[in-house]
Amino acid sequence: MSSILTHRLFWPVVMLLVLFAINLVAFPGFFVIEVKDGHLFGSLVDIVRNGAPTLIIAVGMTLVIATRGIDLSVGAICAISGAVACSILLGSPNPGSVGTVVTAVVVAVVISLVLGVWNGFLVAVFGVQPIIATLILMTAGRGVAMLITEGQILTVNSPPFKVIGSGFLFGIPVAVLIAALIFTAAAVLTRRTALGMLIESVGINPEASRQAGVRSRGLLFTVYTFSALCAAIAGLVLTSNQTAADANNTGLFIELDAILAVVIGGTSLAGGRYSLAGTLVGALVIQTLVTTVYTVGIPPIATMVFKAAVVTAVCLLQSPTTNAVIASWRKPIAARFRKATV
Amino acid sequence: MAIATAPVVSPTRRAIDRTRGVFTSPKYGPVLVTLLLLVAIYAIGGARYRGFLSGPVILNLFVDNAYLIVLAVGMTFVILTGGIDLSVGAVVALSTMIAASLLQSGTSPGVVIPVILALTSVLGLLVGLMIHVFAIQPFIATLAAMFLARGLCYVISSNSISITDPFFVAFAQTRIPLGGGMSITPSVIIALLVVIVGLVVLQFTRFGRTVYAIGGSEQSGMLMGLPVARTKVLVYVISGFCSGLAGVLFTFYTLSGYSLTAIGTELDAIAAVVIGGTLLTGGYGFVIGSVLGVLVLGTIQTIITFEGTLSSWWTRIFIGVLLLVFIVLQKVLTARRR
Repeated sequence: MSSILTHRLFWPVVMLLVLFAINLVAFPGFFVIEVKDGHLFGSLVDIVRNGAPTLIIAVGMTLVIATRGIDLSVGAICAISGAVACSILLGSPNPGSVGTVVTAVVVAVVISLVLGVWNGFLVAVFGVQPIIATLILMTAGRGVAMLITEGQILTVNSPPFKVIGSGFLFGIPVAVLIAALIFTAAAVLTRRTALGMLIESVGINPEASRQAGVRSRGLLFTVYTFSALCAAIAGLVLTSNQTAADANNTGLFIELDAILAVVIGGTSLAGGRYSLAGTLVGALVIQTLVTTVYTVGIPPIATMVFKAAVVTAVCLLQSPTTNAVIASWRKPIAARFRKATV
Repeated sequence: MAIATAPVVSPTRRAIDRTRGVFTSPKYGPVLVTLLLLVAIYAIGGARYRGFLSGPVILNLFVDNAYLIVLAVGMTFVILTGGIDLSVGAVVALSTMIAASLLQSGTSPGVVIPVILALTSVLGLLVGLMIHVFAIQPFIATLAAMFLARGLCYVISSNSISITDPFFVAFAQTRIPLGGGMSITPSVIIALLVVIVGLVVLQFTRFGRTVYAIGGSEQSGMLMGLPVARTKVLVYVISGFCSGLAGVLFTFYTLSGYSLTAIGTELDAIAAVVIGGTLLTGGYGFVIGSVLGVLVLGTIQTIITFEGTLSSWWTRIFIGVLLLVFIVLQKVLTARRR
């Protein structure tokens, strides 16, 4: 029992279940998943589908935070990748062809990888604090996206491109499949190999891990590039879903949601320990919260107040101070128990 | 190195060394570079555009950025302790909303302004307690405060509320003549007062020294018996108070309350503090530097306005580039010291 209570995913999962319960009371058909035209439909499917971009970014963010870093530029990278893809599609004579869409996606991803390498360069080579290194791109990035779209909202009409954000494959939303693919890839690559442990060691003590032979510089490059890759893909999903690139609003505040998802999932911003499963729960909590606000009938504009409440609650429950208090409650019981057995 | 060659250096050589020492010190270097940069931008602007170096243009810089100066002063306190406050932009918006809605319902300005300052200070206090007592990272705690403040704005109203209260309108329209056809607003005087108070508190009080000490090393401060807990909480109260005051000044400036106002202002404030030479790890920096940082940002905006053909998004790109330059500069300066 106590091992469940102290498990780092305990409070986030409780929060998710509470939100589910609230939804079920407000809307009895909440857990119903129907198949219409061979596609899955239902509130849960909506939550997973709308939460996909946040989850994709949060996966990359988890690895960055595990190295004691942070990546504030993901929202701007979302906007840039969407802007690049849409401007290529609009510039081509045949935006509906699969070839053009593939080119647009590849170019958008490659440009984002370059931006990720840039972040990695500032952090790993120049030793700039991650929060400030990525702040540069966060500030300048939206300006660059505006430059690409020339200040316009680029609306595209390309059926193959639309599939990324709102299509279905085997009845499952494509966005969800992409998120699942990235999540699984990250989990397998870091947890089935030593990569995850090396990332954590860099997060605990970069200097000590370097002296122990861990190539921390390369690892930092890798995580920031991966984070940018995730951001680019999320940007494509968002842009495709809206069928438009809006340099000002695509992925606005998504970096904050992603960081929240990671923190709610029990990964410490101090680095050195991460949980991808926690990030998954965190992203679901955030998206369920948004959905709950809608189903319960609270004006959607109040969502942010609830987000603040949930974040505060989860953080306070997970804080070392609270744990110490809980531990001090439990101690007398444990002591009594020990006395009884002696 | 310097000791070995000391006996043979000439007085001029020593003066050069001392000047270089000032420029390469992590304490004064970045501030001086910011000052030089500001002068350089002015010179470029003056050379390119007619009327750029005139008094009204320079004074308008203060008029337009009075609220940002106040924000930057509060942010300087927080960043000096090694923290960060992401909530300031949202708190500015919340203050404008509270002001507009209370005034609309007929509350007297003499009540409204103290209420705003008290509320934002209490919000800062709560954030500070979250950070200190519950050991939550400043980034996350102030992020929660940002969501709360922005959310409360929407709860008050999602529409823009205009302000017709005679006191606010009079305050907004008052110009204090400085002679030669130049004038400033009372907001500028309030902002400058805040700067002076911030400067005195940081440089000449025990509290100010403790702020620097925490930024240098929290643990050492604790071992020295400094009131680390109280100081750490207080800097967030100060930042909250400054955000509230900035919100009031912003309300004078725009004469309306709007939920979506001041989005991204926290980034401007942080950028101003960083460009002003305050290290984000804490311990080094001056209030004056942050004011210079605000002026640099304002001047860039003015240049873009004067240029006319440049689109507004170039501002963001320029700020990003400037941040980069300053961070690399700070890195070089602090690296040489080690």
